[in-house]
Amino acid sequence: MHFYRAHVLCCAGTGCTSSKSLDIISNFEKYIKENQLENEVKVIKTGCFGLCAEGPIVVVYPEGTMYVRVSPADVKEIVEEHLVKGRAVQRLLAGHDKTAEVSQSLDNIEFFTRQKRIALRNCGVINPECIDEYIARDGYSALAKVLTQMTPQQVIDEVTASNLRGRGGAGFPTGRKWQFAANSKGDIKYVCCNADEGDPGAFMDRSILEGDPHSVIEAMTIAGYAIGANHGLIYIRAEYPIAVQRLKIAIQQANEYGLLGENILGTGFSFDLQIRLGAGAFVCGEETALMTSIEGKRGEPRVRPPFPAVKGLFGKPTVLNNVETYANIPVIILKGAEWFNTIGTERSKGTKVFAVGGNIVNTGLVEIAMGTTLREIVYDIGGGIPNGKKFKAAQTGGPSGGCIPAEHLDTPIEYDTLTKLGSMMGSGGLIVLDEDNCMVDIAKFFLEFTVDESCGKCPPCRIGTKRMLELLEKITSGDGEDGDIEKLEELAKSISKSALCGLGQTAPNPVLSTLRYFRHEYEAHVYDKKCPAGVCKAMLHYHIIADKCIGCGLCARKCPTSAISGDKKQPHVIDQSKCIKCGVCMESCKFAAIYRG
Amino acid sequence: MKSIQELEEIRNRMRDQMATREKSGGYRIVVGMATCGIAAGARPVMRALIEELQKRNRNDVPVTMTGCIGVCRLEPIVEVIAADGSKTTYVKMDENKARRVVAEHIINGNVCVDLTIGAAEKQAKSKE
Ligand SMILES: Cc1cc2nc3c(=O)[nH]c(=O)nc-3n(C[C@H](O)[C@H](O)[C@H](O)COP(=O)(O)O)c2cc1C
Ligand code: SF4
Ligand code: SF4
Repeated sequence: MHFYRAHVLCCAGTGCTSSKSLDIISNFEKYIKENQLENEVKVIKTGCFGLCAEGPIVVVYPEGTMYVRVSPADVKEIVEEHLVKGRAVQRLLAGHDKTAEVSQSLDNIEFFTRQKRIALRNCGVINPECIDEYIARDGYSALAKVLTQMTPQQVIDEVTASNLRGRGGAGFPTGRKWQFAANSKGDIKYVCCNADEGDPGAFMDRSILEGDPHSVIEAMTIAGYAIGANHGLIYIRAEYPIAVQRLKIAIQQANEYGLLGENILGTGFSFDLQIRLGAGAFVCGEETALMTSIEGKRGEPRVRPPFPAVKGLFGKPTVLNNVETYANIPVIILKGAEWFNTIGTERSKGTKVFAVGGNIVNTGLVEIAMGTTLREIVYDIGGGIPNGKKFKAAQTGGPSGGCIPAEHLDTPIEYDTLTKLGSMMGSGGLIVLDEDNCMVDIAKFFLEFTVDESCGKCPPCRIGTKRMLELLEKITSGDGEDGDIEKLEELAKSISKSALCGLGQTAPNPVLSTLRYFRHEYEAHVYDKKCPAGVCKAMLHYHIIADKCIGCGLCARKCPTSAISGDKKQPHVIDQSKCIKCGVCMESCKFAAIYRG
Repeated sequence: MKSIQELEEIRNRMRDQMATREKSGGYRIVVGMATCGIAAGARPVMRALIEELQKRNRNDVPVTMTGCIGVCRLEPIVEVIAADGSKTTYVKMDENKARRVVAEHIINGNVCVDLTIGAAEKQAKSKE
């Protein structure tokens, strides 16, 4: 066995791959060879480190030096300086622009120190295409323990005692779900994994599958043992080609090692695992639609009960869990439910991974202990809002969720508090909005998404959300009338009550929650015909302040539609019927005589 | 088809290999590998350290590099850093001295006093 003095870890997740990380890897291989270091330094592809805004990311161990925004052209310098001479390339270090005192180690960057990594424990640490590396980090030990030392009921009891709740959105206790499926009678049962990940902007599950596919495979096998199932299926969207590829490799390796398939580890237990590709419809993330889709039928939800634990895939008892839920299982088995209960809050145990995006400095993936406040996520981990802008709200739960305004920044993040605030944990999307975001426009964005994604099976969702969207379009184009806001509210409430599946039931949430905290913005649109954030173009008007205008005529010359007129040295005026709201006049005026409002 | 024992074996073998990526509880060795250090022969010293550690199955001790420490005349310089952060600086190293440091200091916990920077400085003074 060969010993390497240094390991170069390069992110090969989707985010980084699209910014050329594969070229970076091949350049490393080339220059390492050129410098005759191939016996000393090993290059390893890993999954997402979670700091995507700074990608592509390269980490050099044993120092743990993290390089950010690396381009293929930088590789030569990293090899010659760092690997040959041992000098970190300062200009590429994380945090280089921000502080004079550079942090040379991954472990000291606040983005990481504030996190608690359980589900992402191996992401960015191991080579996801190497089962041995997973095994070295206690991989498959939980499976071995379960198969040799625990009865199925003990496994379920341990998961129940851990108080783990589903990470896919609804937060249903995982142990209880397993118990229901275990209690259901049936010769054939299934274990399914929901890797549909439909929320716009969310990529937690993709990163886990790309960075640590074996953890999901191991967990599903454990679930199979617990409920008495011998078949597993992973439903993953075809838009995740890297994750699919890594999963395939991982499944093949696990089969070769006898960690999947017949007679696992010689214990007599058998479990096989297959991948099913989804076409990426949001509704197919809903559990009953997901199963009908796997069965080869049109992916439409059906009425529950019967619940999948009783009658699921092909009418057989089925456990369906989310990718991140599974990623927690092996650790819970190894470290115990008691340990898991020490992390998090009274009613939400463990951690949650969030895909943080929007107007925030460090966009990327973060895993935090439940109970961490929104303020810590936004300011300490996220690095705050760029350009000195003011935080307005955070949107969680995607199209099913809602927003949390600034006055609740100190709310601990957990299932129940988020629901109380009118939002929800959801699968983990977190979009930060600042003063320049119009809340009506945000609500419209999410509603457009649900209208597109509604499967059309039931009228409240198919017709109702369309009507809501029309109202929002009316309001944002300045045609809102007295009573429109009330109509929106009424529609929202009846859709929530009458839609068949979660998609329709939660579709009004973005509207309801923005109405709850930002009703004044809706009112400004409807009654004053104004968009306070200056987003809704229809309501923007450019005006010339007569007192400030010296009549230089510069704006009139710049205006592409000749909307500005006036005599020399006299205040000019804008003809609103000709103005196309391009803003050129405001930028060109040297006397700040033009304003937008 | 693997047994649980084989799983255990893979784990132990791989753990050693991956140890460089994790902070070890014990010693850490840093070799000055700037231009001055390399010119003075730091590379064979580094190789000797790695070889010796490997021979003794001490893959938990990471050997890392650093830039110029500023006393180029004493290169190659090797620093041994203990778990508590205390440092021992060895100077004018060669392959044989490197092997001795691994055997005496890392394995047995005895500092090779005669190879340290203090000893070298004393020697230089007495010659003057
Ligand atoms: C419209 C809709 C979309 C959903 N999309 C997803 C998804 O992409 N991924 C996911 O894990 N769960 C999704 N869910 C939740 C699943 O129905 C189900 O509750 C979850 O996969 C159960 O796993 P868990 O208990 O581990 O969270 C969605 C639900 C609805 C109503
Ligand atoms: S609520 Fe919407 S998505 Fe769900 S079944 Fe009805 S129409 Fe389809
Ligand atoms: S905003 Fe554009 S179109 Fe309107 S007046 Fe100014 S320059 Fe002309």
